[in-house]
Amino acid sequence: MEAIQVKNLTKKFNGLTAVDNISFSVKKGELFAFLGPNGAGKSTTIKMLTTLLRQNSGRIKINGYDTLKDPNEVRRSFGIVFQDPSLDDELTAYENMEFHGILYSIPRKVRRERVKELLKFVELWDRRKDLVKKFSSGMKRRLEIARGFIHHPKILFLDEPTLGLDSQTRNHVWHYIQKLNTKNKTTIFFTTHYLEEAEKIAKRIVIIDNGKIIADGSAKELKEKTDASSLEKAFLKLTGKNIREEIGTGIDRMRLFRNKR
Amino acid sequence: MNAIYILWLRQIKRHFRSKSRLIGSLAQPLLFLLALGYGFGPIFQKAGEGNYLEFLAPGIIGMSIIFSATFSGMELIWDRQFGFLKETLVAPISRFNIMLGRTLGGATVATTQGILVLLMSLAAGFRPISYLNIFFAISIMLLVSLLFTALGTAIASHLEDMQGFHLIVNFLVMPLFFLSGALFPLEGLPKTIVSLAKINPLTYGVDALRNILTDISQFGLLTDISVLLAVAFLFLLIGSYSFSKIQV
Repeated sequence: MEAIQVKNLTKKFNGLTAVDNISFSVKKGELFAFLGPNGAGKSTTIKMLTTLLRQNSGRIKINGYDTLKDPNEVRRSFGIVFQDPSLDDELTAYENMEFHGILYSIPRKVRRERVKELLKFVELWDRRKDLVKKFSSGMKRRLEIARGFIHHPKILFLDEPTLGLDSQTRNHVWHYIQKLNTKNKTTIFFTTHYLEEAEKIAKRIVIIDNGKIIADGSAKELKEKTDASSLEKAFLKLTGKNIREEIGTGIDRMRLFRNKR
Repeated sequence: MNAIYILWLRQIKRHFRSKSRLIGSLAQPLLFLLALGYGFGPIFQKAGEGNYLEFLAPGIIGMSIIFSATFSGMELIWDRQFGFLKETLVAPISRFNIMLGRTLGGATVATTQGILVLLMSLAAGFRPISYLNIFFAISIMLLVSLLFTALGTAIASHLEDMQGFHLIVNFLVMPLFFLSGALFPLEGLPKTIVSLAKINPLTYGVDALRNILTDISQFGLLTDISVLLAVAFLFLLIGSYSFSKIQV
């Protein structure tokens, strides 16, 4: 059965089409990468998948539930690590973790154990009583990742989880994600700009550009199709070499079409 | 239930951790109480209206509540800008419960603020008709706080950033405060002003507090409480509807 089903999904902002009639699905337990250049429509898609944004047309089913009709059931099915900050700066690291655990109604005993284990995992246990506003951006990122792992959802969305982390921590984090995938059969849906990570980790890759899906397959298939030696080269062949522009406040909110075509 | 509690607790923690916010939010009512209370006292007395501080104190309590409650509701804008709102919106709790937890938290903060101003008034020489009535007054404060926190939430749900904030303060909160009978009696004022005051929920909050603490009343306690309950309920409905429609 499918963990995520997307059919003819479209989202427009002030006349600009950010996501243009896309369809794809992700199988249960799949390690899935959703790739694309800046402003391609990745974050907008994730926002619609996670009930934060309503689409103009098309349907999304998460764990069998429709995002518009059954948002509460959908929210019970997934966890997410956001691309941009989502911590409460005025609370301590521990309080942020605890807040999340309670929102997801994790029993106290399990919650305490997991919070401790995860804060140690991202090496923030010693700083647990410090207000988050005193943290560096790397520390905040680590805390957000740890927070995303407190509850064990059926589907985990990771929007550039390793952005701004050093390679040691990145390795660490991917290892943990793979473990969740094999041990708990968690469906993983992630985006990243580190294509070597996607090549190494993802079992299936979908590439989106200008709001449309332009490729779908394993890293090997995509490389063969484009006759490239690495996923990075395949990606560049598929999406072109122009640098994308993003304007406006929301990351994916406004998109300039390549070369104003 | 636990989710509502943790959302409530978060509002409380944030408020009491920020020393500057605490001091700032008490400085303004103190200034009003002392400057106006002592400044206009003699004129008020000469006009045959009695002790101005007695009259003013419930008004200043109302003022501190409307500011604190509306701002608490509008903290939503901060949470949206700093990204924390997303964290709560994707959690498996209904939007209504999120709104409820936040609103109860904001209302508790505003009520605490009202109690602190009441204590300051006592220190400045204000004497209620009975100290037991203070408990009754606190429940009115809670009702008024709920009403304006819900209003703040409803407004903030429609604002994307802080740009609109000052507009709301200058064109909504300030007029509501000045036209509530907090500073002057409404009797004998031009009809337009009285009509405006009568559609202002704060007027009934201040009147109820004045009734309970000093036994001066314009509309009577039953009217005051009925109006406050009805408007609070309405604003909670509008607030939770607006909140449920938020897209990030």
